[in-house]
Amino acid sequence: MSGRNFWIGAVAVLVLGVGLPLAPVINEYFFYAGYMVLTFVVLATAWNILGGYAGYVNFGPPAFFGVGAYAAVLLFKWVQAPLAAQIAGGAAIAGLLGFGVGLLTLRLRGIFFAIATVAVVFIMETLMINWRYVGGATGLQLLRPPVELFDSYTRMLFAVMALMSVAAVSIARYIQVSWIGRGLRALRDSEEAAESSGVPTLKLKLFACTVSGALMGAAGAPMPMYLSFIEPASTFNLSYTIGALGSAIIGGMSHWLGPIVGAILLGTLQQVVTVTISSEMNVLVVGVLLVLFVVAAPEGIVGLFKRIFKK
Amino acid sequence: MKIFSFLLGLIFSAGALAQQPVKIGMSMPQTGSLGAGGQAALVALRMWVEDVNAKGGLLGRKVELIVYDDQTNAANTPGIYTKLLDVDKVDLLFAPYGTVPTAPIMPLVKQRGLLLMGNFSFQVNHTVKHDMWFNNAPWNDASSWFDGWIATGQKLGGKTIAFLAADQEFAQNLANGARELAKKAGLKTVYDQNYPPTTTDFSSLVRAIRQANADLVFVASYPNDSVAIIRSVNEIGIGNNVKLFGGGMVGLQFTPNMVNLGSLLNGVINYNTFVPGMKYPGIDEYFVRYQKKAAEAKVDPLGYYITPYNYAMGQMIEQAVNATKSLDQKKLADYLHKNEMKTIVGPIRYRADGEWANPRVVQAQFRDIKDKDLEQFKQPGKQVVISPEAVKTGEILAPFEKARK
Amino acid sequence: MLGCFYAAVSIGLSVSFGLLDVPHVAHPAIMVLGSYCTWMLSVRGWDPIVAGVVLMPLFFVLGVLIYRFYYEVFEKRGSDAGVRGLAFFFGLAFIIEVGLILVFGVDQRSVEAAYIGKSFSVGDFRIPMRMVVAFGVALLLTFSLSIYLSKTFTGRAIKAVAQDEPALRLMGANPVRIKQWAFGIATAVSALAGAMLIIVSPVEPAIDRLYIGRTFCVVVLAGLGSMTGTLAAGLILGVAESIVLMQLGASWAPAVAFSLLLIVLGIRPQGLFGR
Repeated sequence: MSGRNFWIGAVAVLVLGVGLPLAPVINEYFFYAGYMVLTFVVLATAWNILGGYAGYVNFGPPAFFGVGAYAAVLLFKWVQAPLAAQIAGGAAIAGLLGFGVGLLTLRLRGIFFAIATVAVVFIMETLMINWRYVGGATGLQLLRPPVELFDSYTRMLFAVMALMSVAAVSIARYIQVSWIGRGLRALRDSEEAAESSGVPTLKLKLFACTVSGALMGAAGAPMPMYLSFIEPASTFNLSYTIGALGSAIIGGMSHWLGPIVGAILLGTLQQVVTVTISSEMNVLVVGVLLVLFVVAAPEGIVGLFKRIFKK
Repeated sequence: MKIFSFLLGLIFSAGALAQQPVKIGMSMPQTGSLGAGGQAALVALRMWVEDVNAKGGLLGRKVELIVYDDQTNAANTPGIYTKLLDVDKVDLLFAPYGTVPTAPIMPLVKQRGLLLMGNFSFQVNHTVKHDMWFNNAPWNDASSWFDGWIATGQKLGGKTIAFLAADQEFAQNLANGARELAKKAGLKTVYDQNYPPTTTDFSSLVRAIRQANADLVFVASYPNDSVAIIRSVNEIGIGNNVKLFGGGMVGLQFTPNMVNLGSLLNGVINYNTFVPGMKYPGIDEYFVRYQKKAAEAKVDPLGYYITPYNYAMGQMIEQAVNATKSLDQKKLADYLHKNEMKTIVGPIRYRADGEWANPRVVQAQFRDIKDKDLEQFKQPGKQVVISPEAVKTGEILAPFEKARK
Repeated sequence: MLGCFYAAVSIGLSVSFGLLDVPHVAHPAIMVLGSYCTWMLSVRGWDPIVAGVVLMPLFFVLGVLIYRFYYEVFEKRGSDAGVRGLAFFFGLAFIIEVGLILVFGVDQRSVEAAYIGKSFSVGDFRIPMRMVVAFGVALLLTFSLSIYLSKTFTGRAIKAVAQDEPALRLMGANPVRIKQWAFGIATAVSALAGAMLIIVSPVEPAIDRLYIGRTFCVVVLAGLGSMTGTLAAGLILGVAESIVLMQLGASWAPAVAFSLLLIVLGIRPQGLFGR
């Protein structure tokens, strides 16, 4: 997709993303569910930067997402920070965590890296459980500040998330087409070969970890306001991992379009199943789809399309 | 078909028609830690719905109860209640049973200006301070639970106290209140621990309490932990100095737990809302009806602890709607604040914070419980009421280890 | 004693991951599956340990099937397999967990047996009998597996396939069959571990997530492929957790395994006894 087409598309999405919430006729629940779908778009896109482009499977989205959420809670409780500041704070701290994790796991590959990321999730969760100021294991009730311009806070959050999705995808696209993306791809195909041909693998890896983490933190920051409540167990839940990972794999890991397609498909399916059947079923559906695609269509939906159109 | 209409309804908010049923929405923990109590409570609520519909419903419309299972998980309730409001479009809300599932939706109902009938939660409104909240539980602050317990302990000569509380909304609310009261009463705290709600192995905690050598041990826990703690205390022992053990353990009032633990419960002095022997208008007939339905539904066969209060919740809403002849949230809330409700658990009057003006929670000690015997719990005397004075039925047996034999 | 228990549940992983390099994140989930199967049998009156032993052959077959599938789809096809293999097992773990929730609900389950609820008194110190039973079984398991791997032909073949696959092929053994066999054993062991798990404490479907940390911590700390190392590592973890429990309180305990894991990965990824 050429640069100009992309930006036209981006603007169109933005218009929809902000315009829909302003329209009163649409049911409130659409925005409630839609917010989650958009959250997964951001999470999947962020995951893909490290997972798809660089080949480092990260099981830790809940850690960064959760850190972003708790940073937002902290800022809100401490200085009554507005949403924008909460998001910035969440992104910054999660980015820092990403950098730290990248440093710590410098020499780890494959499954070791993945397990290390799971470890980070649990450690972060335990830290939050023990921090009474943000609620500990009990959790914290939060009162949303009054909202302007939009009919309800949820609608505003939807618009904010739409904005964030466009930003995240733009960043991912930039990375993909730039020299950074080339370097990451070289890293994924063979780290030794990349290193010996002069690719700064370490720096690239740290960069990917940081950016990926920051985006996930940004996605997590509005969550406490969305629920008016936060507690560690659900915030650091591994189902965010399977959602992000699943979306990226199902959509296609090599292109920035993949996570979007995957997240919208998977996210919508999840919301529909949760409402009509049950919320466990939705995790089952994701799991089954994930395994199916991993086995049968590793290139994801985008890959399938490519194959069809090449014929 | 369901999916299709759901998607349609999602996009276009339909207007309400006049002869539609009055929809009351709630989530109820039917699985998870509070599950056993929640299932029993649901039987009582459905009984009320049947009864009110037999009388013609509310405002001439049938009452429909829409219930989802929140699995005792606080993370599930915001989504469920948002769905109840925006997708199922309910007219009235009941809270889920329990402090933990209720806490997350307090900000939501406050910000949307909605009436919420509380269901056996403890001080869940104390930070949010919603003025349209009405709890069906016979307590208000920690003192209603704790004063009698502490007074008994001090009369026995207890000077030191240990606290063990789960790190969740209910136990923390209760423990915080209890700690303050203990300080005011001049007791010395020798042990104070919060444990993560998912803890299953209490051996090290019980050992630590034993080593701390406390006279009084106050526990605030949820059903799964309560059972595990009792078993652990029996396995390892709590020490011969302990005079009182228990206080705020949820779950020891559920009949299945009482039968399973049997003699392990002897000596424990714990809170309860109803023990056989208490008299209220209509309560005996209620239990006859409830117990028949419970046997069919295979839930708590006796239903003493929570079920009549759920039936009462329905009665209160019925009274308020019939008196104000409307479903307007504000009008109902005003009525509930100003008037005394008549229910099968007696008359109820509310304070400004939505809790009962006159608490009726008791502290009772388990005595002479035999293993695997359901019938024994129907007799008075198995739970001896120690406090408050007005309804006392016996004296405390101490120390704890002796009372266990 | 807790440590031995951790060692026992990690032994299966030691084989499948340590020796075979299979990214088997679903190992704890299979163990929990074992716990639930044990529970189902115990509700019908079986003793949990007996149930565990009886389940072993069933789980062996399950393991063989899973490995076959994994091999056909992933290992044969080469390099990209790392990411996809991981994703596959992760998806599998979730499917098992959610499957359990759908069938059994989220409630905790525990078993009853003669030795549960009683305790030994050693002076002023009372030890719950169920821990002793689990301890005993764990030791037995570790030793039998160690002996099997060093003394029998298949056992040694399994170790060999980990170290040098082509050499093994030259010697006439079929590495794929051997790996299959090994994976089957690992899964069977998980069944017994699951039985012990439900003896020691009540089980609910989500518990597998916590055990991912514990089992991988033990295996990595031990060093891939060492059975006795697994025992030692398990003990270290058990002791560490108990110390943290006493000093800092129950809320910090879950992080111990994961922190230890990170530390080991950072400092000495080969573990204590690794190859």
